Amino acid sequence: MDLVTELTIFILAAFVGFTVISKVPTTLHTPLMSQTNAIHGIVMLGGLIVAGVADGALEHIIAFIAIAFGAINIVGGFMVTDRMLGMFVRKPDGGSK
Amino acid sequence: MIPGVIEPGGDVATLLYIAAFSLFIYGLMQGTHPRTAKTGNLIAAGGMAVAVITTLLLDGVGNWGVILGGLFVGSAIGVIASVRVQMTEMPQMVALYNGVGGGAVALIAWAEFRHAPANFELDSFIPILFAAVVGSVSFWGSNIAFAKLQDLIPTRPIAVPGQQFINGLLLLGLIVACVVLASSDDPSEGLFIALLIGAAALGNLVVLPIGGADMPVVISLLNAFTGLSAAAAGFALDNVALIVAGTLVGSSGTILTLEMANAMNRSVPNILFAGFGGAPAAGAGSGEERPHTSIGPQDAAIKLAYADNVVIVPGYGLAVAQAQHAVKEMADELEKRGVNVNYAIHPVAGRMPGHMNVLLAEADVPYEKLREMEDINPEMPRTDVAVVIGANDVTNPAAKNDPNSPIAGMPIIEVHEAKEVIVIKRSLSPGFAGIDNDLFYEPNTSMLFGDAKAAAAEIAAEIPNL
Repeated sequence: MDLVTELTIFILAAFVGFTVISKVPTTLHTPLMSQTNAIHGIVMLGGLIVAGVADGALEHIIAFIAIAFGAINIVGGFMVTDRMLGMFVRKPDGGSK
Repeated sequence: MIPGVIEPGGDVATLLYIAAFSLFIYGLMQGTHPRTAKTGNLIAAGGMAVAVITTLLLDGVGNWGVILGGLFVGSAIGVIASVRVQMTEMPQMVALYNGVGGGAVALIAWAEFRHAPANFELDSFIPILFAAVVGSVSFWGSNIAFAKLQDLIPTRPIAVPGQQFINGLLLLGLIVACVVLASSDDPSEGLFIALLIGAAALGNLVVLPIGGADMPVVISLLNAFTGLSAAAAGFALDNVALIVAGTLVGSSGTILTLEMANAMNRSVPNILFAGFGGAPAAGAGSGEERPHTSIGPQDAAIKLAYADNVVIVPGYGLAVAQAQHAVKEMADELEKRGVNVNYAIHPVAGRMPGHMNVLLAEADVPYEKLREMEDINPEMPRTDVAVVIGANDVTNPAAKNDPNSPIAGMPIIEVHEAKEVIVIKRSLSPGFAGIDNDLFYEPNTSMLFGDAKAAAAEIAAEIPNL
């Protein structure tokens, strides 16, 4: 992919992000933040890719820590968001509207 | 698992990544309503599963010991942490997750750097440098934010003389180092490591002087930073899923940062670089006794039980005391008597955006009763009793009346407009802004000293006897 294509994707994604996130009510800002937090754990993909080309002890350690960090970010982030949102779902009054 | 079946950068990989980020966007779209948000989160998690599995199947991905080991260790920590964390501790949890994300970006940038000189291209090298710097700032900044929120280090602003000057120099140094690295034919790894360390120092120095009350802004901003650094890593690795996901997070963090800053009537640079200055020490040190009215739980119960409209203003003190369930019980008792109870939520109540809503949702308060500041302030003059529980600065009328106050201009919940105010608090001590709250000394304010949880429980127990 060339740089111009990537920049196009970047700009469009930024607009999509602003549009979607602006609609999230204040009530849900903490779960939103924790969910987006989990989404940036996607950098773990970078760790998986660099593990494949890792050469020598140092690079193995770097890749290992990067993957572990990414996995904490992803797994912890989505699970904790799920826990929080569960509290909003099982409101007795929540579903009646 | 059959590794190596998908060609990196090929159509299959790209299509799967497109599917992954579409699921992220769709999941976030479901996050606009409390009823659909939980499903939305699962959809986004599904997108992540697609992205991870696709990558594991890429040709050239190997070193399974490292990969599986990292996945196992990281997932185990993530599971344990997310199951055990208390809702009150959510801000530090998010700060910590944010930090490890930033740390991963910086490490990946380092690994990429070590392989970069072979096919040296500026359009992947510049993103590597960006990812390294921002990832490292984010990692260290988040760790400091975590330490402050967890009370491992003092939450008050820690200032070093000439702070701005040092930060400015450091930033300039980082930029120069990036230019030198980018323009060199054989970039030195020593300089790259110095870049990571310099960025780490900057992350520490920027967050250390920021006071506890500004934490919602800091956490949002660091979230945006980590997102952008992930997007930069995507540019370096030519990975469309990383670019889109990182950018979405960057947008989200930016929006929340601006919203929080607006809620405090301060600009983002002001929060980052001014702290609360030296002002708090002077205000807190005065220590003079001022006349105030003190009442017990019984009196408070009487005031509340014979009111028509009650507004509860929860603050971080409520969270610390784990009083959300006791407060809900108190509200239930009042509602049984036909009292109309609402909750006024200040945008920066708690330690991160929307934190108080989560805490009250945990106590089964219906989200329709959680009213935003702009929405409830006009109703304050018609409110019989406003109960301030563990909140302080966000109710300080000085923000409106005293142009010299450090919090002048900050939007507040206008409880002083209510007919009566009950403040449940441990003492008259100042809040995070470190300034005295004039509200406590108003003639229509009664102070109920004590632990928020115990006080709310005692009031709840008194009401049925009236």
